[in-house]
Amino acid sequence: MIGYILRRIGTSIVILIGVSIFIFGLLHAIYPSPAIDVLGSRANTVLIQAWNKQNGFDEPWLEQYLRYVGNLLRGNLGWSYKLNQSVASLFGEVWQRSAWLSGAALVLSVVIAVPLGVYQAVRRNTVGDYVATSLAFIVYAMPVFFLGLILINVFALDLHWFGFEASQSNSLLSIIVDVHDMTLPIVTLTLLTIASYSRYMRSSAMDVLAQDYIKVARAKGLPERLVLLRHLLRNACLPMVTLIGLSIPYLLAGNLITETLFNYRGLGLLFYTALGNVDYNVLLAYTLIGAVLTIIGNLIADIALTVADPRIRLA
Amino acid sequence: MSQIGAGSLPPLDITRAPEGGEIGPIQSGWRLAVREFAQNKLAVLGLGILIFFVVFSFVGPVFYHGNYLTSNLIATNLPPGAGNPLGTSNQGYDELALLMKGGQAALEVGFFSAAIAITLGALVGAISGLAGGIVDAVLMRIVDVFLSIPFLFIVLIVAVRYGASVLSLSLLIGAFSWLVPARLVRGEVLTLKVRDFVSAARVAGSGQGRLISRHLLPNAFGLMIVNVTFQVADAILYIAALGFLGFGLHWPNQDWGDLLSNGVSYIQDGYWWQVYPVGACIVLVVIACNLIGDALRDSLDVRLRRR
Repeated sequence: MIGYILRRIGTSIVILIGVSIFIFGLLHAIYPSPAIDVLGSRANTVLIQAWNKQNGFDEPWLEQYLRYVGNLLRGNLGWSYKLNQSVASLFGEVWQRSAWLSGAALVLSVVIAVPLGVYQAVRRNTVGDYVATSLAFIVYAMPVFFLGLILINVFALDLHWFGFEASQSNSLLSIIVDVHDMTLPIVTLTLLTIASYSRYMRSSAMDVLAQDYIKVARAKGLPERLVLLRHLLRNACLPMVTLIGLSIPYLLAGNLITETLFNYRGLGLLFYTALGNVDYNVLLAYTLIGAVLTIIGNLIADIALTVADPRIRLA
Repeated sequence: MSQIGAGSLPPLDITRAPEGGEIGPIQSGWRLAVREFAQNKLAVLGLGILIFFVVFSFVGPVFYHGNYLTSNLIATNLPPGAGNPLGTSNQGYDELALLMKGGQAALEVGFFSAAIAITLGALVGAISGLAGGIVDAVLMRIVDVFLSIPFLFIVLIVAVRYGASVLSLSLLIGAFSWLVPARLVRGEVLTLKVRDFVSAARVAGSGQGRLISRHLLPNAFGLMIVNVTFQVADAILYIAALGFLGFGLHWPNQDWGDLLSNGVSYIQDGYWWQVYPVGACIVLVVIACNLIGDALRDSLDVRLRRR
């Protein structure tokens, strides 16, 4: 067990190094130096070369990478030449908003998708199952922004129930209590996640329903409610642990588009603005953070699975 | 005990079982799969939708000449009516012509990138599964590395710099979506390579390349074709997202995402024709691909076959 966890952490570190080399190399190949952005488009080559030399952008690729990683380990994410602010402080201002949006959506989707999947599996091939499956199938095929647009059109512009723009407040507390403006972004991201989670949950619950221990539990006279709660739910949730870990890149992508659509000043919108004005260090840092979150998410999911599932006992 | 088996096994059909030296009618696995597919109504519906959109996008412009190139400021934001069956955009372009133009881009990118992804994935997966050992370990770690990268972010970053044409976007999306097919093909090759027919081919003197191209990949073909349909659906969603965020194709090429992001600005004015038709197009094509994929998976998976 301990050996497995240590080995798993070791693999994660190897992957992390690979990911950082790849992302840094790719961005470096695309945008070799931010000199033009700093000096202006009319800077001549002599000036650019001098600036590159002064800021270390003329060094070999590997040296720049090692310096960047060294800075990262000391908590320095680089400098945004466009916004003239350190990337760490930029992220520090907005990360809580993204965490609230994504966290609320993730928790809501798990809370809704798990019972929904179990319900569909138990009552499979009934009207309820067909309706839920079809809805999930349609939402699953829908681009995030189109889903958000429909919600805005119906619930904000026609019915006036909610705001069409996310909360613009600076304090996290007032964002959390601002149900009027935060409902639509959270619901958009939640619906999208439920659509994929409930599909997996349904098939996972159906697999478990066919197991012998469910038959045993029923045969010994356990009430159906307890069969579902104690035997089905726990076992059917195991694949969900892996699924949540694997779905982090999709959550981040959904978060990016939702924040852009609802003009919610979080990490996603920051990344979007950085794309527009080619803010190299912001792009690099956020992509790396996304990769780190994915790797950590997968690591935690794997370890949680070995702890939760006694059948998995790897040496 | 007999009750457990009764539900899952069909009764033995004695009349059709070949006797003695006779051989029953030969039916290839593919023909069985096609029949199974044709019996699935949803799959046929999906195929119908997809064919409709291919015809709509590629043959449609031959018969319908709408204006999608010159802005016409007298005819902006017209509701659907005579001359413009689906209304006009904020620059006076004909929405129906734009839909066709966008459909071409979406379908082309979808199929090209899926083809790239499956080719790359099948090669890496087959080599990795067949070679084993250190090659396998290195290739699979590379797959792990790519899977940990937030895909959309990297595609956006590269698209800002290089994305402009159907080809470059296809290459870009294909280059980041070969990972799942690689893993699937590797798994399939791992189970296939210990089978007798592969050993027989090896004994007969097949080299690694011939083993992969003549024996392993054809047998993993069903798996690959199922994956292609899902890849097409994903790629269409990705290019729509790129277009919506404003980093997709460059004018005069347009895709459905561009149209949607144009329409968003006018949704408050009630110009529904700029948003809902194009949204419906995206959703329908993606649903069609997913339906076909699900049905293909069911019809190629012998265990799930009803008979």
